Amino acid sequence: MSEPRRFRPAMAWLHTWAGLVVGWVLFAVFVTGTASYYKDDISRWMRPELSESQADPVLAATRAGEYLAGQMPEAGGWFVKLPKAEEPVTEVYWWKSFAGPFHHALLDPVTGLPSKARDTRGGDFLYRFHFELGLPSLWGRWIVGACAMVLLIALISGIVTHRRIFADFFTFRPDRSRQRAWLDAHNLVGVLALPFHLMITYTGLATLGLMLMPWGAQTAYRGQVPLFYEEAGLMTQSRPPAGRREPGLPLGEFVRKAERTAGEPPEGLLIASPGDAASTVNAVFEEPHGLAHLHPQIAYDALTGAEWARNGTPGGATRTATVMYGLHEAHFAAPALRILFFLCGAMGAATVASGLVLWTVARTPKGAAPAGLGLRLVRILNIGTIAGLPAGIGAFFLANRLLPLALTHRAEWEVGAFFGAWILVALVGALTPRRRAWPASLGLAAATFLAIVPADLILVGEARFVAFDMAMLAAATLLILAARTATKPPAALTRRPSPQVAQA
Amino acid sequence: MGGRARLVIAGRVVLAIFGGYAIAGLATALGAILLPLPRAEAVSAATLASFAVMAAAVIYVFAAPTLLRASASLGGCAALLAAGLWLAGGFSPAGPA
Repeated sequence: MSEPRRFRPAMAWLHTWAGLVVGWVLFAVFVTGTASYYKDDISRWMRPELSESQADPVLAATRAGEYLAGQMPEAGGWFVKLPKAEEPVTEVYWWKSFAGPFHHALLDPVTGLPSKARDTRGGDFLYRFHFELGLPSLWGRWIVGACAMVLLIALISGIVTHRRIFADFFTFRPDRSRQRAWLDAHNLVGVLALPFHLMITYTGLATLGLMLMPWGAQTAYRGQVPLFYEEAGLMTQSRPPAGRREPGLPLGEFVRKAERTAGEPPEGLLIASPGDAASTVNAVFEEPHGLAHLHPQIAYDALTGAEWARNGTPGGATRTATVMYGLHEAHFAAPALRILFFLCGAMGAATVASGLVLWTVARTPKGAAPAGLGLRLVRILNIGTIAGLPAGIGAFFLANRLLPLALTHRAEWEVGAFFGAWILVALVGALTPRRRAWPASLGLAAATFLAIVPADLILVGEARFVAFDMAMLAAATLLILAARTATKPPAALTRRPSPQVAQA
Repeated sequence: MGGRARLVIAGRVVLAIFGGYAIAGLATALGAILLPLPRAEAVSAATLASFAVMAAAVIYVFAAPTLLRASASLGGCAALLAAGLWLAGGFSPAGPA
């Protein structure tokens, strides 16, 4: 850690240290974010009680409105996500103010009563974790945003450092030395998916753009930032509540109207100041085909049902921003492209992990010299994150099958299993002698994934979940392979193991 | 590595974080007013570009030969941006003209 001088060494220094300080958070973000490409599939697996069925969105909306009216007198707003054939459940949110908290429930589309599906946060937990880390929303987003900024800088300085990018691409020398092998692996996964890494980092920053960098909107709009969303064409006009209570039309009416106007039922309804005389109901439609993440909206007067406003057409710059959100979320990606995105995300996680390991390998003292405090700390954090997080995800899925269905706060217990298993495996990694720390903790992570398959087969056992169970087996296999590789003592990675090691 | 070298590195880190963010924030605010686009479009464009601006500023802080030079360049750049923002009415309570 010496003062950098010339450009390339300065960039190498920056890449090394910037990458290290945010590596652990970024690994968790990459892994849970990559899993989020299959968020809906994960949610379906975690709520096996819901099977595909046709639900009437008109009835579902009306019933949801009746449920919501009983939840919070004078709520600031409601959101109703309507059921679809593959997602036969009505999802409702209600809140007093946009500052939160946001309350949430799943309803049976026919009865409008809380769904009988098991209480779980489903794939949504992993999705939210990837940009909030399970922390209070604002804290999590700022931490992830800051880490993404550092990643952008690490990527740029990494590109400068690896001048021989195309030569590196065809270079993998696992037999040369341990450090060389890790460096080659880091370069390979880093460079192979480099366009994806740059894209996902910048578009990730863009999705948090107005929170991380509010100064453009603040300067141009002063105290009226909501007006930005309206002028940009992202939202419809809005109006303040009148302060008089007057019941609106049943929500199903708006679904019917929206379907007649647009030719498709809306994805959801956003109700501003429900029960107020000036309440509005926005029909929010699914994003149109294409890369951009846009949600066309029609706003109705909640009392009369008359169309009141529509959102405008975003201009080039705003459309560019929505294309960035779209690229980040990849809703447009059909199965084959989705697999490619998933693999690229996995390579992102592998780049971070190999970089973290490389940092320790490059600093391991030769011979019998003891490792310093910093090196030991980084090793412990590496194992705790790289083996601990997968163990947490495995335990989260396993808890979904094993916890009693009637358990109170069941969804929180699942999240508890996630963090509990993560901490446990991290402790095992920290307390096990160094030689066995990696295999022990990776082995534990593999065991959680391996256990998911019999648990699912015995407790649920439905043919539609075969793909998910195969994915769990694949994850377990990868972790077992990693554990096996880590069992080999360092010198065995070379082609000619020394006699001492062969005996050990 | 001596204490002085550590201090210089800490200085660069602090300058990169706060200086880089200040430059990016000022550039975004100025862009939101000055870009010849409808108001909302200018905000979108300036906000999208802000992360590239910050990345460039941070890279510069670590590439500059000395911490003094980096601080002087970033300070000068921030002063210019702030002056431009002031002239454009970005600091007036009523908002830009």
